[in-house]
Amino acid sequence: MLTPEDLRLIDRLHGGLPLSDRPFAELAAELGCSEYTLIERVHGWLTAGVLTRFGPLFQIERAGGRFVLAAIAVPEERFDAVAAIVNARPEVAHNYRREHALNMWFVVAAETPAAADAALARIEAETGLPVLAFPKEREFFVELRLPLADAAAALETEEADDAA
Amino acid sequence: MPLDAFDRELIAATQGGLPLVPRPYEAVGAMLGVPGERVRERLAQMLEQGLVRRIGAVPNHYALGFTANGMSVWDVADDQVDALGERIGALAGVSHCYRRPRHLPAWPYNLFAMLHGRSRAEVEAQAREVETLLGSACRGHDILYSTAILKKTGLRLSGA
Repeated sequence: MLTPEDLRLIDRLHGGLPLSDRPFAELAAELGCSEYTLIERVHGWLTAGVLTRFGPLFQIERAGGRFVLAAIAVPEERFDAVAAIVNARPEVAHNYRREHALNMWFVVAAETPAAADAALARIEAETGLPVLAFPKEREFFVELRLPLADAAAALETEEADDAA
Repeated sequence: MPLDAFDRELIAATQGGLPLVPRPYEAVGAMLGVPGERVRERLAQMLEQGLVRRIGAVPNHYALGFTANGMSVWDVADDQVDALGERIGALAGVSHCYRRPRHLPAWPYNLFAMLHGRSRAEVEAQAREVETLLGSACRGHDILYSTAILKKTGLRLSGA
């Protein structure tokens, strides 16, 4: 169970790791803990799956790359097999099951638009199922940040309510 | 700006994550046979160019209690979708907002907004906010909740 303090720490670690020689030491000083403790906690959260990654997030479209959202209506009895085929493609960055007739939604990330199209065509061929592509036509907003500080505050309020 | 050989090596070495050691950039440099300073300088430029969005933690929203994750999709009049998309992207609780193609007749939706909450009730309250903002320009909508993460690795460039 994560504490409000954990959530605040993760919120702080969300972005802006300093580009200094000892970035963890710098953050640790700011947070009032030791460099070793901070590294151990990040390691522990990665192992426990609280964090899926820690490092630079590349926006490959700035270098000609392409992200394409795609969806497949997968028959339930084939769901696991199709997921294995889709996930095996190295270009597939995310894949989610969703409640809809189009029940599998994934993102292909490739170095060129042609490579993205080729990955989608290959998935279509290997699964034998139509792949609907939803390339972004326009981006209005992207900010993956979860309201963790708010969540931490909410947790504290709940704890205070429980104690009351 | 195409990637050069060093960029490709740098991305390949760090896309899975930074080494969790006191001097992570030095460690990456050691893998690539360059000083840590060269790694830091190039990452700083990439941040400036937007080629790196950020350096830090990618949280698993399920593990953090954000168990209700809805992809809200909207069928919005074409002549209004861009102006309204900007306003919806600015709402608190909307994490990604894009215009995407319709696939008629099965898929009439052209505006996508990801909503995250600690319960479906929270997500539905956010969706009502979007609906109010769209007003009569909206001809229909749906919310597709995720029920499992099947894969989440981020970008994987092949090695240089």
